Amino acid sequence: MTRGRGLAALIPFIVFGALAIIFWRSLSNDPKFIPSVLINKPVPEFNLSAVEGLQIPGLSHADLKKGNVTIVNIFASWCVPCREEQPLLMSLSANKDIHLVGINNKDAPADARNFLGTYGNPFTAIGSDIDGRTTINFGSYGVPETFVVDGKGTIRYKVIGGLGASMADGSFFKEVQKAALPLKQ
Amino acid sequence: MRIYLTAIILVLLAAPIAVPNAIAVMPDEVLKDPVLETRAREISQDLRCLVCQNQSIDDSNASLAKDLRIIVRERLTAGDTNEQVFGYLVSRYGNYVLLNPPLQADTFLLWASPFFMLVVALSVAVIYLRRRPELEASSGIDPDADKPTNEMKED
Repeated sequence: MTRGRGLAALIPFIVFGALAIIFWRSLSNDPKFIPSVLINKPVPEFNLSAVEGLQIPGLSHADLKKGNVTIVNIFASWCVPCREEQPLLMSLSANKDIHLVGINNKDAPADARNFLGTYGNPFTAIGSDIDGRTTINFGSYGVPETFVVDGKGTIRYKVIGGLGASMADGSFFKEVQKAALPLKQ
Repeated sequence: MRIYLTAIILVLLAAPIAVPNAIAVMPDEVLKDPVLETRAREISQDLRCLVCQNQSIDDSNASLAKDLRIIVRERLTAGDTNEQVFGYLVSRYGNYVLLNPPLQADTFLLWASPFFMLVVALSVAVIYLRRRPELEASSGIDPDADKPTNEMKED
């Protein structure tokens, strides 16, 4: 009887300890991270015209189904993390094996030209998403976001926010390499 | 004392009703058809603003929330049912966009846990109450000690 009650008295401490561990671990979760439902789904259909005044073609979903892995970066001139990210994209574009295209979110053409003139243009194609609908169809809720799309036009990976962290730890390149392999069904 | 307490409880209960709804909907977004507009408002109140996560898109001034409000109204005008509008957004943003999560396999724990806690609490209460007379008897305290005696009446 007494021994039974002694053990029972431990239960609150065990429950408290378990909760404390769960909550402590949850502290390091990123509340801004929302897993995308579009991973391993085809890219949405879109057909965006080029940014006015730039000698770079626009972008459509057909461009993402040409057999090679494509990195799609959603950017805007008004987005501060995009400025920090631009040098990384420039270094990516130096690699000729990488197809890097952009979706320009809610920018006036003049602002987009200005931004690319100042920070450099790493993209081989840029779709001008003035009303932001294509960005929404990509399940994106902020700028910048970067998608890795395989040769069949399937979204394989998504980075929310700047590429800095995932390029520094190599996880971004791993995902790009994975996207070159066919998706396991 | 009891009157004060009742008054405080009543005030607390009424508070959420008395607070006016914060409305972010701009006049140019409002649909001409009042029935559709009412439906749009109801739907918007159940959709999470993904930028400011604890607000609905109906409450939020974020530009993404505005875009989503306009999309909700466009879908309704195009003849979508409420479920189709929710489905449209869930297919892009996942269940996270819903402020009222659906009951399905991966949310079962979420929905079942209040009932589970109720069962646990009730069983603990029942066990405790059934064991109490036995505990009092064994502790040597007279369980009738604090009951009023009938001495006064007998006098």
